[in-house]
Amino acid sequence: MSNSHRTASGGRIDRTRSVTFTFNGKSYQGCAGDTLASALLANGVHLVARSFKYHRPRGILSAGSEEPSALIQLERGGHTEPNLRATQIELYEGLSAASQNAWPNVNFDVGAVNGLLSKIFVAGFYYKTFMHPQSLWMKLYEPLIRHAAGLGKAPKEPDPDRYDKMHVHCDVLVVGAGPAGLTAALAAARTGARVILADEQNELGGSLLTSGETVDGLPAASWIAKIEAELAACPEIRVLRRTTAAGYYDHNHLTLTERRTDHLPRGAAPHLSRQRLWNVRAKRVVLATGGHERPLVFADNDRPGIMLAGAVRTYVNRYGVTPGKRAVLLTNNDSAYAAALDMQAAGIAIAAIVDVRTAVNGPLAAKARAAGITVLENRAVVATEGGKRLTSVDVMPLAADGGGVVGMARTSIACDLLAMSGGWNPAVHLYSQSTGKLRYDEAAACFVPHKATQALHCAGTCNGRFALPDCLAEGVAAGTEAAREAGFTADAPLPVPRAEADAEEPLRPLWVVPSTQLVGRGSGKHFVDFQNDVTAADVLLASREGYQSVEHLKRYTTMGMGTDQGKTSNVNALAILAQSLSAPIPQVGTTTFRPPYTPVVFGALAGRDVGELADPARVTPMHRWHVENGAVFEDVGQWKRPWYFPRAGESMHDAVNRECRAVRNGVGVLDASTLGKIDIQGPDAAILLNRMYTNAWSKLDVGRCRYGVMCKEEGMVIDDGVTTRLGPNHFLMTTTTSNAAKVLDWLEEYLQTEWPDLRVHLTSVTEHWSTASIAGPKARDVVAALAPDLDLSADAFPFMAMKEAVVAGVPARIFRISFTGELSYEINVPAYHGLRLWTEIMKAGAPHGVTPYGTETMHVLRAEKGYIIVGQETDGTVTPQDLGMDWIVSKQKADFVGKRSFTRQDTSRADRKQLVGLLTQDPTMVLPEGAQITAQAGGTVPIPMLGYVTSSYWSETMGRSIALALIAGGSRMIGQTVHAPLADKNVACAVVKPVFYDPEGVRLHG
Amino acid sequence: MSNYSIVSLIRNAFSHHEHWGRAWRDPAPKPAYDVVIIGGGGHGLATAYYLAKEHGITNVAVLEKGWLGGGNTGRNTTILRSNYLWDESAALYEKSLQLYEGLSQDLNYNTMVSQRGVLNLAHNLHDVRESVRRVNALRLNGIDSEWLTREQVKEFCPAINIAPDVRYPIMGGTLQRRGGTARHDAVAWGFARAASARGVDIIQNCEVTGLRRVGGKVVGVETSRGYIQAGKVGVVAAGHSSVVAGMADLRLPLESHPLQALVSEPIKPVLDCVVMSNAVHVYVSQSDKGELVIGAGIDSYNSYAQRGSFHVIEHQIGPLLELFPIFSRLRLLRHWAGIVDTCPDASPIISKTPVENLFINCGWGTGGFKATPGSGWVFAHTIARNEPHVLNAPFSLDRFTSGYLIDEHGAAAVAH
Repeated sequence: MSNSHRTASGGRIDRTRSVTFTFNGKSYQGCAGDTLASALLANGVHLVARSFKYHRPRGILSAGSEEPSALIQLERGGHTEPNLRATQIELYEGLSAASQNAWPNVNFDVGAVNGLLSKIFVAGFYYKTFMHPQSLWMKLYEPLIRHAAGLGKAPKEPDPDRYDKMHVHCDVLVVGAGPAGLTAALAAARTGARVILADEQNELGGSLLTSGETVDGLPAASWIAKIEAELAACPEIRVLRRTTAAGYYDHNHLTLTERRTDHLPRGAAPHLSRQRLWNVRAKRVVLATGGHERPLVFADNDRPGIMLAGAVRTYVNRYGVTPGKRAVLLTNNDSAYAAALDMQAAGIAIAAIVDVRTAVNGPLAAKARAAGITVLENRAVVATEGGKRLTSVDVMPLAADGGGVVGMARTSIACDLLAMSGGWNPAVHLYSQSTGKLRYDEAAACFVPHKATQALHCAGTCNGRFALPDCLAEGVAAGTEAAREAGFTADAPLPVPRAEADAEEPLRPLWVVPSTQLVGRGSGKHFVDFQNDVTAADVLLASREGYQSVEHLKRYTTMGMGTDQGKTSNVNALAILAQSLSAPIPQVGTTTFRPPYTPVVFGALAGRDVGELADPARVTPMHRWHVENGAVFEDVGQWKRPWYFPRAGESMHDAVNRECRAVRNGVGVLDASTLGKIDIQGPDAAILLNRMYTNAWSKLDVGRCRYGVMCKEEGMVIDDGVTTRLGPNHFLMTTTTSNAAKVLDWLEEYLQTEWPDLRVHLTSVTEHWSTASIAGPKARDVVAALAPDLDLSADAFPFMAMKEAVVAGVPARIFRISFTGELSYEINVPAYHGLRLWTEIMKAGAPHGVTPYGTETMHVLRAEKGYIIVGQETDGTVTPQDLGMDWIVSKQKADFVGKRSFTRQDTSRADRKQLVGLLTQDPTMVLPEGAQITAQAGGTVPIPMLGYVTSSYWSETMGRSIALALIAGGSRMIGQTVHAPLADKNVACAVVKPVFYDPEGVRLHG
Repeated sequence: MSNYSIVSLIRNAFSHHEHWGRAWRDPAPKPAYDVVIIGGGGHGLATAYYLAKEHGITNVAVLEKGWLGGGNTGRNTTILRSNYLWDESAALYEKSLQLYEGLSQDLNYNTMVSQRGVLNLAHNLHDVRESVRRVNALRLNGIDSEWLTREQVKEFCPAINIAPDVRYPIMGGTLQRRGGTARHDAVAWGFARAASARGVDIIQNCEVTGLRRVGGKVVGVETSRGYIQAGKVGVVAAGHSSVVAGMADLRLPLESHPLQALVSEPIKPVLDCVVMSNAVHVYVSQSDKGELVIGAGIDSYNSYAQRGSFHVIEHQIGPLLELFPIFSRLRLLRHWAGIVDTCPDASPIISKTPVENLFINCGWGTGGFKATPGSGWVFAHTIARNEPHVLNAPFSLDRFTSGYLIDEHGAAAVAH
């Protein structure tokens, strides 16, 4: 295949495999092994994006994850993704990509008009305007800002892919598979330690893939292959390619994101999850994360065709791409010379190397000169030309202090490529996330790891050691030491591979390359953060206005807040800030490095916890029957509970009325399996109950049940339920359905932190038992049919007693307790037999018309009796006394949780909200639950509220509506009229006692 | 202090913006002040501003150990609302929302108060009941609030998934149209600039190391920049309130926990309101810059380290994608934590203390940002008059002994 900017040979692409892709609707060819960026460059495409604020034409700056400019929207429909870096997208057949944040297109973008206003659109300009008239902010100004902001677009369809998670431990995790990482991993793996090696690239090798240097006498590619083979032979190694270490948390917990299918055509591997999120706990970590080249900050340094020198070298050597025909290099260090030599060898004409250093005499410069390359010392690029592609640069001599240029004469050099190098930053992101301290290295003008706080080693460029021999040596040392610390040593330690490097001359930090005009004047813009269009002038403005903390600088200018998180901009920005303050760079410091290193797909964070698996749905053993019999379900906590069982043609109202009638007049059955059940055993079990419940438990007989209310320390009800004494040291507590886990935690917390001396053990047995509650005047008949051997007479088996018996052939516990006010038996059988119990009840009950009922009917029936539901009649501010349950609060017990609070001013005041019943004047009117109650009808806001309606139903039994409410001083208001002011009308109600049906409890005891 | 306006922007453009002055002065600490505020977050700066503006007390210093707004002011999810259940809370937060409504103009600093509406979703019958209760209470308190059906929720927020077959389907929601967001840093900077213009000294990088007391009265503060005499001292130190109060041997009923938040990469507008859900635990909005701003949960352990556990972030995303399946391919850009000081009743303490001349404003838990101006306004009153304003009288320290708690555990999406 042929590309306009492809070298004749070389590179790690597969020239025999042509790949067709489209960009902005146009079809192009690339090679297998290309990234989208390299393929575009091979086709001579530089203009790929528009910047965030000024919509300046932007090209491809880098060749990796630090890319701030070349962000594109990949694919369409459900697969579309915004803001992807073209430099990291592996090319696949049929790939479709488009520029974003440009209208109508990237070549002609109307938004570029913002550039004309750039003198006004400086850092933080929006804090100073858009305030008048106030009404226009929401109507005009903010909509304009929102419309302009954002980069790519969110998908409109759900994600067609799925994601996985892995949780692993290892001895040594090595991050980065460049020369330091490879040697570290091999040195560690040779010891037999469990090693994970993760690298974000598709192939191992890191910088060697760019530099092609010789190691151990082998060309880079061969040496990498040899190490890879040796690694594969180690028994406990796991190599993860296309895997980015994203976060470094406490206790050597790192997260890795592995991209498994992103390099394949969409939908090509439906059997694979798209990505995996790895949670790794490593005994030791080796960070060999390499570094990022810094751009230079000079006038109009953002035109397409201006790239990082190291990136150009990568495109040339790794991808066989020549990003330009005629190049100028601008540098403050020696690394650009190596790039220039490789560029020249690939056929790029090198117009000149412009070096800001006063004199350059190192071996690399000598090689460049020997190759016939012009080196212009002590000079600066002061301007660039070219709208959508660089056409020339202007060069002038620098003043001695680097703070300005000399004279007015400028030399224009025609070029379509400017490769720049402002030095290198170690990629200390993960190290900093681990809370390791940094040190500023004056010589290399960068921050390097200083004092680790976690069990880690840094090696190679990440550690501020840039030369290949140092990287190899540090890799071996770090891998060996990490393994040793994890308890492993090698029989045959890895010798340090041999390599050579040219000695490098010191760099000259020139944080702002001067121009003929001061920064901020003139038309040229010195970009620091390419993505967010932050210029050196913006940094100076922020400093001038007092935003001098580096965190203020970041927030005021938005520097480093783009999708690249400032990988190419942060150090330049803080250095310019330091200069403006005449402060040393370390004093200014860095902003906090926040995870993740590169953005992580939300889908991967959620993993499988979406859709049906978003939260477990708990169902009872009888669930299938409920489904088959048409139940409508209600979510109660995680449980699915039958809400009501409509018959054909029935409304909810009809069904609930029918179910209520059945229970009051015949017999009904409720699946009560979801109620929490805690088995309490031990010699001090009764003491625990005495302390946790408000009433007394010591004298409860074996085989008897008692209702209890549990309060928090401040005396407010948190749960209620019936507890049964199964033996002298053995109780079974029931809790409300949604509080089961909370109550267990609550008891455990007290047991473990306050009363560790108590000999009590708690076990959740909620799911050990299935429970069917048979209620109604004919309940006894149904139970008798199921348990013929059991004496069900009121004397033998009274209310609030428990018997063990065989029910429907299954050993069961039968509790004679009631939440309906009717004669009622709760039959518990081992969960396995739940469905059988249920069907047997339906069979045995058929002659009596047994009717399954749901939670709604249960609520209506219990409200008729004035029984509370925790969470409905209570909201964390209600005492037992407020509920009219003074009787349940022991006066004798020395102490229990909440007791102290009942003597406080607040809990003893007379105007507390108390539980009452409400009867609307219009008996057909059912108040909405949550209606507020006032003393007077009408009025102007704010209207004082007495309380609110907690429960409200149509009572089929009473033939009218009923409601429960919490009302200030309510217990003394019986007989008075209050009002429920609804949005559309006022409803007058009479305050009554909160028991509507069978207040004497005759039916319970029958 | 120069006025901020489009006119001044254009004028300064002609001089290349080289003549803008400092947003706030950077004075050295004076030996003595009438009032020293400990903590240069939004609440502390607002307190100083209202001391100067409402009470004419300008000999005031705000001491900040790091950089202004570097605590929870710069770490929250920027949500504004006043839809609180209890009368006491509703009145306080409503005062704050009203101050926010004119804040940009009052401060002459655009705080980007954006009243795009706050939607609180209901996913089960209990949620519906509580929502209706809240809507009714708010209506009678004169605070805007309405109940939306499932379909109305979809109409108001088209990106949301109201399908009935998801794990916890949406059954409706409450909407406060006056709720929304503000630019959190700008709130701190705007108060700092306006307070400074009225004479308040704002002193950064000045850590308080001790409270000097004479005869049970606070008389000054020891700082990393020397001793500063103070007529009165207001502690507004958020997650570190109990640490500072401890310098006066005062124990506060607070627990400090990490609370995390995250943002996505910036995208074009897709979500034009704030969406909150207690039941599935999500709160999300989209900033003017285009990022989805997402609140995560609280770490259950106590900590002063502004760092949370990753699993809390992980567990946040499943529920988010339940509500917004179209967000699945968007990406997490950044996550972080702040330290929140939580009270047993999930309501703040804005109060005098048993130590004379020492005042405290703390316990805002997971929801202090929305209260920033109101909190400063009532705290300034409390310090200036030596007695609480009627709005903050219920939020006294002694309620934990009297029992007059204001239990707002239902108020925040975060379980305390």
